Amino acid sequence: MKHQKIAFVVMLAIFAAAPLVVYPVFMMKVMCFALFACAFNLLIGFGGLLSFGHAMFLGTAGYIAAHAAKVWGFPPELAILAGTFAAFVLGVVTGLLAIRRQGIYFAMITLALAQMIYFFYLQAPFTHGEDGIQSVPRGRLFGFIDLTNIFAMYYTVLVVFFAGFLLIWRTIHSPFGQVLKAIRENEPRAISLGYDTTHYKFQAYVLSATLAGLAGATKAIVFQLASLTDAHWTMSGEVVLMTLLGGLGTIFGPVVGALIIITMENYLAHLGAWVTIVQGVIFVICVLTFRRGVIGEIANFLKKPL
Amino acid sequence: MTEIFGVPTQALFGQLLIGLINGSFYALLSLGLAVIFGLLNIINFTHGAQYMLGAFCAYLLLNKLGVGYWWSLAAAPLIVGALGMLIERLMLKHLYKLDHLYGLLLTFGLALIIQGVFRNEYGSSGQPYPIPQELSGGHNLGFMFLPNYRAWVIAVSLVVCLATWFVIERTKLGSYLRAATENPALVQAFGINVPRMITLTYGFGVALAAFGGVMAAPIYQVSPQMGADLIIVVFAVVVIGGMGSIMGSILTGFGLGVIEGLTKVFYPEASNTVIFIIMAIVLLIKPAGLFGTQK
Amino acid sequence: MKVTKLAAAVTLAAAAMSAQAQVSDGIIKIGILTDMSSLYADLSGAGSVAAARMAVEDFGAAKKGMKVEIISADHQNKPDVGSAIARQWYDVDKVDVIVDTPNSGVALAVNQITRDKKKAFINSGAASSDLTGKACSPNTVHWTYDTWMLANGTGSAIVKTGGDSWYFITADYAFGHALERDTMEVVKKNGGKVLGAVRAPINTQDFSSFLLQAQGSKAKIIGLANAGGDTINSIKQASEFGIVKGGQSLAGLLVFLSDVHGLGLQTAQGLIFTETFYWDLNDNTRAFAKRMAAANNGKYPTMVQAGVYAGVLHYLKAIEAAKTDDGTKVVEQMKKMPTDDPLFGKGRIRADGRKLHPAYLVEVKKPSESKGPYDYYKIRATIPADQAFRPEKDGGCELVK
Repeated sequence: MKHQKIAFVVMLAIFAAAPLVVYPVFMMKVMCFALFACAFNLLIGFGGLLSFGHAMFLGTAGYIAAHAAKVWGFPPELAILAGTFAAFVLGVVTGLLAIRRQGIYFAMITLALAQMIYFFYLQAPFTHGEDGIQSVPRGRLFGFIDLTNIFAMYYTVLVVFFAGFLLIWRTIHSPFGQVLKAIRENEPRAISLGYDTTHYKFQAYVLSATLAGLAGATKAIVFQLASLTDAHWTMSGEVVLMTLLGGLGTIFGPVVGALIIITMENYLAHLGAWVTIVQGVIFVICVLTFRRGVIGEIANFLKKPL
Repeated sequence: MTEIFGVPTQALFGQLLIGLINGSFYALLSLGLAVIFGLLNIINFTHGAQYMLGAFCAYLLLNKLGVGYWWSLAAAPLIVGALGMLIERLMLKHLYKLDHLYGLLLTFGLALIIQGVFRNEYGSSGQPYPIPQELSGGHNLGFMFLPNYRAWVIAVSLVVCLATWFVIERTKLGSYLRAATENPALVQAFGINVPRMITLTYGFGVALAAFGGVMAAPIYQVSPQMGADLIIVVFAVVVIGGMGSIMGSILTGFGLGVIEGLTKVFYPEASNTVIFIIMAIVLLIKPAGLFGTQK
Repeated sequence: MKVTKLAAAVTLAAAAMSAQAQVSDGIIKIGILTDMSSLYADLSGAGSVAAARMAVEDFGAAKKGMKVEIISADHQNKPDVGSAIARQWYDVDKVDVIVDTPNSGVALAVNQITRDKKKAFINSGAASSDLTGKACSPNTVHWTYDTWMLANGTGSAIVKTGGDSWYFITADYAFGHALERDTMEVVKKNGGKVLGAVRAPINTQDFSSFLLQAQGSKAKIIGLANAGGDTINSIKQASEFGIVKGGQSLAGLLVFLSDVHGLGLQTAQGLIFTETFYWDLNDNTRAFAKRMAAANNGKYPTMVQAGVYAGVLHYLKAIEAAKTDDGTKVVEQMKKMPTDDPLFGKGRIRADGRKLHPAYLVEVKKPSESKGPYDYYKIRATIPADQAFRPEKDGGCELVK
């Protein structure tokens, strides 16, 4: 555990000091996606369930938060809460439908549900379709912190990210987390020991959905925009990539994975399609020879879990 | 003009016919996917990109070598099928002993690479591909004007689908394939080269996708993105039909095309989602699909 | 003596610095934000960048001692990508003005960000008339064309010649909706009827189902409220389905030279639409076209690319006159100075940001009538500048008192 705590402090230091050297908007994007990836990892790395529709939580929370802030005039903290709550509700509903299936069928049904949500957002007037919800006000946090100040916004996102991260940490290290790992390793045995595995998986799913929503809602406030891109199935693919690259089932893996992918996208952005090509190459290499991911390989080398 | 449920029959039949045309593509592509999954247990996410490769092959054959549509119908599937076999030999082979999901992720990555390379070269607008002279023009059926090429699409898809089904379900070669999936060790013990059969089967599934691509080139515009959104729908078709069932995919492909067409008439807003709604319902009630058997 | 020399040196240095300091970091950075790879790449894209470079050359920046840099990026027709690039350009890369944006969704996002950061935005590619209406901003200039002008030019011309029942196939985003709305108004005002409309997502490959619905409506005119690749696809597939043979006419509400080139005269002949620039209008435009063809792979300029040239030219003139690159002040100066460029002639920019110039109703020539490359249009009518665009008071812009 000690090395994990060290890693955590290092991560905190890096993110806290980053805005002095790096473009803050870029780091905020990294943090939002890192939270999204951590939430996704909770489900696959620890729960053993590959969801191919996680974008529906990111997108839903983003749209609700944007709408709440712009049209209903919610202050940013309530808008983010509204978005997160919407993702929670969606998580419960889709979880009830999906959780009884395993493996590839679970992935397919989450994909189907995400596609339905995507096409709903394409049509629904409140999302403005291809244009997205634009000019979302940043507002004043708690009534007095003006979030148009870039540092105020940055440290707010920092707090949100670390709160989410710590929640995942606590979950993984709790008895609940242990049962989850047991289910992932050998579900029949867990059942024979008397655990209601469906119920545990469902809870993990809903928690994962809610935190993914938190990431999406925060992102909408930071970028003042909620668009179809966040609900499209390619976004679900991206989060799989981030988690795979960082290390499935590791704690810090998704953060590193998000950092690498977002940085890569930023640098290659002006080259257009090269981003997609590199993403594909990373997928292929990771699956064939680098299955543990960056943090996984480091952890393997140190012989300690990270 | 007569009306059914408040919709003029003209519109109804027109959209049904369009639905059948779309259904032909769904059937052709889901056939390839079903062959690959049913016999090899690989979830081939690259299928959409291979469909696109078939279309681009036809486009390049025409523009660089002057090879026309009719030759491309044979050449493109062979070329892309060979590429597919290469992928299987070099990469997929190593993943058989792992969780199926790794196969899905690998093929997903390959799809990204292929689509990215072509987008880099050609941008995401479509390239024009002319309808072959012999199939241009159309006939006025009374309720709509049916272009000849679109009728050709329906006819050819039916023939190819039924031929494939026949080979797999009713011939000796097909029975070897099906046996090899059930129990590869035993079949290998009988002297049949199972790895080679697997490679050839994958190549065949890919060739089917490429064939679909050539068929699509004259009407759907040859563009790098053409397979990307289609593949998701085709997955839904395969899942509904039953992931191992050949006939299931064919029937479901055509059937869903028609249902989508009907939805466009009566409730257009839902036309994009209706296939996924059906898939969700089928997965809840009969997870193996309508015609599938649970493995 | 030493003190005087020092004082002189300091004063000189101070004078030089203050002159330079007016132009923030000494460099005027122009960002061309466009679609490089998707359905608008031909009407805008790399050609817009070439046009901007020509404008900087023609302005003679080097001789005047002004340093001008041009960068470009691909917004992929996605507002989130476009707004992220705009933000980064303004915050990190010290870009002073963003030009082009062929996509109304992106343009609206950039419009807001530019206003927040008090920079400048010269829109040539996007069409939404909201940019000089309810979304108008003191930092934005809308050049080239907009949906109102298209609706008024093409719409009223067609209705007056008998096309009085319409069905719309609309691109489902800001531009399509604005164009559909503005054209519907014009049709109704001229006594026509709107029988229905259907929305198609941007970048749709297959229009068969939408065309079938349009056919079923029996409207005399099928209005295509889309652009670029979408328009080309709709027109091609319409001919496949025998729509024109069946007695209906297609109205391309926004068609560019690049679209006609993509369709070929055989398919496109007879199409009537409105543009504000054609390369064959006069000697100036012809000379520009020759230079553009040399710089852009033999492709002749579209009106969007011409607008980028003219907009950048006027922007640089305004900076020279106002001696600052503060976005709001430069745009103010652009409105104060009348415009004069070889492509659009003399004109002016209104308080709401709308650039005024004449519009031309064109008809696509028959293949037999075309005598050379890109010889595609017959000019049917010229709409004078003061009638071509929406009256200032009707837009709902808060800058218009």
